[in-house]
Amino acid sequence: MTEILALNHVTFAYPSEDPTPRNAVEDVSFSVNEGEWIAIVGHNGSGKSTIAKLMNGLLYPQQGDVRFMRDVLSDENLWDVRSQMGMVFQNPDNQFVGATVQDDVAFALENNGIPYEVMVERVHEALAQVKMEDFLDHEPHHLSGGQKQRVAIAGALALRPKLLILDEATSMLDPQGRMEVLQTVQQLRAETGLTVISITHDLEEAILADRLLFMNGGKKFATGTPNEIFALGDELIELGLDLPFAMKLSRLLKAEGVALNGQNMTEEELVNDLWTSNFNA
Amino acid sequence: MDKIIFGRFLPGNTYVHKMDPRAKLLFVFGFIVVVFLANNTITYSILIGITLFVMLLARIKPSFLINGLKPVVFLLIFTFLLHLFFTREGDLLWEWGILKIYEGGLRQGIYIAIRFAVLVIMTSFLTLTTSPIAITDAIEILLNPLKKIKVPVHELALMMSISLRFIPTLMDETDKIMKAQMARGSDLSTGPIKDRIKAVVPLLVPLFVSAFKRAEDLATAMEVRGYKGGEGRTRYRQLAWHSRDTLALVVLFALAGVLFYYRG
Repeated sequence: MTEILALNHVTFAYPSEDPTPRNAVEDVSFSVNEGEWIAIVGHNGSGKSTIAKLMNGLLYPQQGDVRFMRDVLSDENLWDVRSQMGMVFQNPDNQFVGATVQDDVAFALENNGIPYEVMVERVHEALAQVKMEDFLDHEPHHLSGGQKQRVAIAGALALRPKLLILDEATSMLDPQGRMEVLQTVQQLRAETGLTVISITHDLEEAILADRLLFMNGGKKFATGTPNEIFALGDELIELGLDLPFAMKLSRLLKAEGVALNGQNMTEEELVNDLWTSNFNA
Repeated sequence: MDKIIFGRFLPGNTYVHKMDPRAKLLFVFGFIVVVFLANNTITYSILIGITLFVMLLARIKPSFLINGLKPVVFLLIFTFLLHLFFTREGDLLWEWGILKIYEGGLRQGIYIAIRFAVLVIMTSFLTLTTSPIAITDAIEILLNPLKKIKVPVHELALMMSISLRFIPTLMDETDKIMKAQMARGSDLSTGPIKDRIKAVVPLLVPLFVSAFKRAEDLATAMEVRGYKGGEGRTRYRQLAWHSRDTLALVVLFALAGVLFYYRG
């Protein structure tokens, strides 16, 4: 498996007047392999947004290093790395640069000096990948939040990146928009094997990932598959993170004496567990 | 708001709409200069003729233009009256106390009013038939030579296009803030002017705060997407110069020649 991105003992503190500033990120190490979907979860102030900024060189770590494709991220290779790393931010409006959908998708291509003919092809291809090809000439204020985020994903995909980073990309969307965006990402992964890092506090989104990195107070608290992480149960709740709805319900049912077996991370699992529960007893 | 035609764009598929924005921009600027060549009845009639011709070509309804001219009617009448009463040439037509109207004054008043109206109408044709983003592109390309003397042409054009892009976003935002403040009992539409101006402050402060926040987010997003200035950038929106654009400029030169020939 090829390693795409790695953080090695990364420590970062924002400049402050305080003589002993608190580290926003402290001694965090992890690596992401090609084709993986990793979710970085944690409540506010856990350092997960700082990690996002460290990953694409908006900030540099004070200790440790960030490696992209085994190369240490520095001022020399910064733009090269950025061209291989797509990023989608939280606010759908504040990352829409172009006057129309196609202009916005072309923005990163223009920045990288891609010739016109190739651009046209890539813009159409990227918009088809997120199912927005019918909206070529639409202006951003005529799109829903979910549609804008899909355009933002297309804008990232147009450069054919190795890695897509979603920095709280669904947190400002309504449930339908969130569904649209997550389905798009899932489908992209199924079709192209894209590597995804999603930074989120939405646990329904985190469940979809292959691996979770659970941040707390700037430190890596736990890492593992969603199953392993959510098995921590009460510990998660103490650290200010909620459980997915199905899991919460399942725990309450168990407390009431209903004989349930599994973790029940998704609604479907819970339903299946419920209708077979009588046979268990 | 509906009546203001400055800066409004009516999408269409006419000869004028299809013209290259650079050609339209050059034509309008050329026309502004050429208009000043006219100084008698024949030349002013030619100008009116050309304006009507462009109107037909762009399929813009006359009623639409008349409505659009309403905001400048006052200025039009004012300049007309100024010339009517203060030009003292030719025969005396009418006298009442100190007010005297001469034939030359009447003539001059009408000419200036026509010149003014023709200029306003022609420039509104430009914005009515060209999308703001196309005008921005045209300005960027036409001003490109100024890069040699260190004018940041690309940056200015980008600023313009981003401002245009964010107008609707900020309008929505203003609307939201207005409703939020009204829900808290702020009164924006009644009372003396002084109170109303004061009531605008709690609208502007949150609007500015959020605009700065947006600007910061946008700058980050642009940087992450590889924006590092105009160097080495390619253009996705391409402009194409056709024979109709050359023709328009030829017509402009012909017009200048004709006006020069017939002017008194």
